[in-house]
Formats: sequence, C-alpha cells, structure tokens
Amino acid sequence: MPAPEQHRLIFRHIDEPGYSNDLACYQRNGGYEVLRKAVQRKPEELVDEVKKSGLRGRGGAGFPCGVKWSLLDRKSGKPIYLVVNADESEPGTFKDRYIIYRDPHQLIEGIMITCFANKVERTFIYIRGEFPDGAKILEKAIAEARAAGFVGPNIVGTAYGCEIYVHRGAGAYICGEETGLIESLEGKRPYPRIKPPYFPAVLGLYQCPTIVNNVETLCHVKHIADMGGEAYSKIGTPNNTGTRILCVSGQVQRPGYYEFEVGRVTMGQLLNEVCGGPLPGRTFKAVIPGGSSAKVLRFGERYKGKRKVGAEMVEYDWGVEDIPMDFDSLAMIGSMGGSGGVIVMDDSVSMVEALGNINAFYSHESCGQCTPCREGSLWMKRITARMVHGDARPGDGALLKSVADQIAGRTICAFGEGCAWPTQSFVAKFGEEFKSYSKETRGPRPDGVPELV
Amino acid sequence: MINLSAETMRRIDDVIPHYPMKRSAALPLLHFVQEDQGYISSEAIEWIAAKLEIQPINVYELVTFYPMFRQKPIGRRHIRVCRTLSCAIMGGYRTCAEFQRQFNTGLGEVSPDGEVTVEFVECLASCGTAPVVMIDDELHERVDASKARELSEKIKAAPAAGAR
Repeated sequence: MPAPEQHRLIFRHIDEPGYSNDLACYQRNGGYEVLRKAVQRKPEELVDEVKKSGLRGRGGAGFPCGVKWSLLDRKSGKPIYLVVNADESEPGTFKDRYIIYRDPHQLIEGIMITCFANKVERTFIYIRGEFPDGAKILEKAIAEARAAGFVGPNIVGTAYGCEIYVHRGAGAYICGEETGLIESLEGKRPYPRIKPPYFPAVLGLYQCPTIVNNVETLCHVKHIADMGGEAYSKIGTPNNTGTRILCVSGQVQRPGYYEFEVGRVTMGQLLNEVCGGPLPGRTFKAVIPGGSSAKVLRFGERYKGKRKVGAEMVEYDWGVEDIPMDFDSLAMIGSMGGSGGVIVMDDSVSMVEALGNINAFYSHESCGQCTPCREGSLWMKRITARMVHGDARPGDGALLKSVADQIAGRTICAFGEGCAWPTQSFVAKFGEEFKSYSKETRGPRPDGVPELV
Repeated sequence: MINLSAETMRRIDDVIPHYPMKRSAALPLLHFVQEDQGYISSEAIEWIAAKLEIQPINVYELVTFYPMFRQKPIGRRHIRVCRTLSCAIMGGYRTCAEFQRQFNTGLGEVSPDGEVTVEFVECLASCGTAPVVMIDDELHERVDASKARELSEKIKAAPAAGAR
C-alpha cells in the first residue's frame, strides 16, 4: 500500500517560501484569529474541546492533554502556572526546534489559548540552552504579540491578561522531565521530584498548581480551538488522534521531519517510501521508534498478538515495516512512540557500539539523585566502552542486562527506565552480537563505517 | 567585585522581576555573566548569590551541574560537536577529530593559539541534518570532515570577526 500524503497541520507553513517568523506574516496567514474567538468563549468550554479532541502529549509520555488539565487543583486559591517544555533534548527529536525558529507565533497563540482556558496569568517557556537564537526569536515574537495586544494585560480588549517569559536552560537533559524542569525553573539543580505528592497539577512551580506541556502539544491546542475537539478527533485513528510530527534521522536517504495523521502511516511506508529507503548498498538493521530511550526494533522480528479494531479483537502478525506509527501500536509491540524521534541504523552499524553511544549519553545525563540510575548508567557505559576499546567478554551481554534490570522501577523519575530500556532491548534482540563481539571478529574498521564510542 | 557592562546590568535588573522568587533568576544571571565575562569566576558566584539573596553554594552547585557553565576561560571561538547517536552514525566523531586536528588541540582545552575550544556535547536536537556543530551560537548542519576543514579555515582567516 502506498504511503498516505502528509497531513501538515503544525508544519503547514514551515517550508513555505517567503514565510517568515514575524507577526505580520503570521497575521497575513490568519494568525491570532483563533485566540480572538477563543477569549469570547467560556474557559471551561475550551478545556472540554481539548478533552473531546483526545489530544495526547507530544513530549514523550503521550498522556491525554485534557486529562492533565482537568487534574489541576483549581480550588487552592494559589496562582496556576503554565510551563512550556521547550527543552527538546531526547536524542532523535528535532520538531520543536522548527516550530520555535520558523513559526513562533503559532506556539504563542497556542500558549495564550491554553492560559485563557486554564486561567493562567504567568507562563514560562523553558527553552534548552543550546537554542540561543531560538530564545531570541521567541522573545522578539512575544514582544511583537504584546505590542499587538495578544500577550500581556487586557488581551484583545478583554479583562484577561497573561505574561509569557522565556527561561533558558543550560545543557541538562534531565530538565525535560517535568518536575526536574520545575526545580530548574526555581533556580535549583534539576532533581526530579517524587510523585506523590509532587504532581505538578497540585504542587508544581513554587508549590502551585502547574501545567507542563510540550511545544508541539500547545500548537495542537490552537488547531483544536479552531476546528473544535470533535472535528480534531476525526483526524488520525481512535485514541491516537490528530497529526504527529515524525523526526527521522540516521541512515536513510531522506532524513527529516514529516507530519502525518497519527497511525495512518506504517514504519515501512515512512522509511521506505517517504524517506527513500536505506543508503545505497545497505539494508535496514534496526530502528529506534520514539527517541533514544525507546526500545529498539530489529528488522526481521515478528510481533504477534490480538488487538482491538473497533469493537472486535483481531489477530495481528506484524514485521517492523507493518507497525502503524501511533502511541498504542508501538506500546503494544513493546516499545513506544515517545517523542516521535525515529533513529535508523543499517547493517554497517554494530549494535554494541550503538549501545555504547547511547549509554555514554545516559551516563552523562543522569542527575545523580538516585543510586541505581547514577551508578547503573555509569557501569553500563563503562562495560560497553570496555567492549569497544578494550576486551569484550562473552558474558558482557548478560552483565549489561543484570545492571539494567536493577535500575528500571527503582528510581524517582522515568530516566531510570529511559536508560535501562536501550540496554535491555539491545541485548535481548541482538544478543548474539554481544556474545561474539571482540577485537578479533571486528577487525580493522572498514572505510565509511563511523566510530560511535 | 566584578565588572559587568551596563548592558549586562540592565539585563540582570530586567529579568529578576519576571519571577515571583528571586532564586529563579539564577540560571539567567549565570548566562548573562558568562556571556559578559566568558566564564563564571568564584567572585561572580559570590556576586550572583548576593544579588539573589541566596548562599554562594546555591549558585556554585548550579555551575557544577549544568554542562553549559564553565569556571575557566575558553578559546576565542567555541566549537561544540554533537556526539550523540544520530550524529555519530553520520560521522560526528570524524568531524570532531578534524576540528581537533585543524587547531592541534585536545577536547575541552584551549587550542595552543588561543583560537578555539573544541568540545563534544550531547544531542543538539538537529538530528535530521547530522552531523551538526555549533560554533558559538550558530548551528552548522551536515558538517562532514571536509566542511569542518572549511569552517576551520574561516575561523583562522577571520580573527577579528565574531570576537567574544
């Protein structure tokens, strides 16, 4: 079956010649009209639209956005904060970068609608430190929007007002974890908080009720307010509504960003047709479907079971190529849609070395708060580095697995799972490579095969 | 006492009221001071702590945690090569080695001519155009070894431009 056409909702203008990131261009394309109408409605109605839309968070966990909003403690009498997670740092993910750099007003409009719907009066955009120009672009866009009455006091002539401030991070991956992000925003080390009791919806920023939403998620809110939750929920597939930006990187002909209705494109269509297939003379070996924490998929493996289609349970028997790119299907086959970062590896890549690269990342980024994660990520890195640069032993795969198995489920935040899943899945699916990996079998590195560790 | 430019002082005084609690301004202040002075000195830590009415340890622990803050000066230009998986698969290690060769320098050091500091950093969120490199605040995409040579030549040829 040929791949469906892209459905560009968020990235509609991203590659349009002449489309610029200033207010005038945004308004020429209908910008801020949705906000203008939204503030004439009741805030509760907007929350209902988002609930009806079925929108799931695009940052990684896929948590339903409307449910997140409805968990807010609205009776505490404390101010409610929105914190925009623009810390895009899951390896393989690069969608928010393009929203921020090329269409910042779309994000600001989504933020303002979200703030109005949830009675938020102060918002922080937490943008990763490595986007210095992105922070400047956002600040300029906010200033333009403020001058035009879309941000600040008395939005489009109403009594409602809300400020947006840009806050720059400083290179720490853990700040993408929502409670770590909140700690960082409070001026501390970004040690994630334990839940319960620190659910952001109740005890978030400054111990006030707080919503933390991803950049792409907030852009979807604008489109939901525009077309209505009902209409939005018809895009995509049941329980996996709307569109989703898939970021493809690694060894394919055409890496890049592609926006599809969720679940309407399969991994095979995405990689073979949309991205043009493997590099010349190569075949696909493995793919990580949702950012580097997601469990790896091996080409050639089969996924079998029963799944719900409509009201019925039907059997499925899929190869990697058959998997629909939605939250539920990827979870069902044992991985996750995560942040939408698809990392492709072909037969030139050693899985031991790829895991060594990933382990070095997690070891560097563990915040160090929980012992299993701090020590475990370090040892997983040391073992894979030794395998590559020193002596690999046949038992190393089992050793790696034993370390990983003692991290997941024993930490305050999901980083524990995030650093254990790559090791667990690589060893489970490519165990023979870990057993046979040694300097002797490896030989001299052939031309064009990159170093990874 | 540290000498900050009038512009830096203005930015500092502008940003503090964005937050209901002063301590929240610690990261912005560290960025501003580092942009002004090139690094975070122990005097700067004391100064920021006093400005925000917190203890110096509360600032120091940020400087040691967040990878972007440094306690020593770096070269005139800062070359940050992405090390993470998508970039590495596409040749990031070769790119990094080429920059090191061009400036005869090790990772994280100031090159002997004082021109650059080459660093390996984790994912820069531009995986679709791998391998990527940040030179100061600017992102460069698809930087293979030959493009790394070109960029190095430009840095060597323009010692005054983009001075920090």
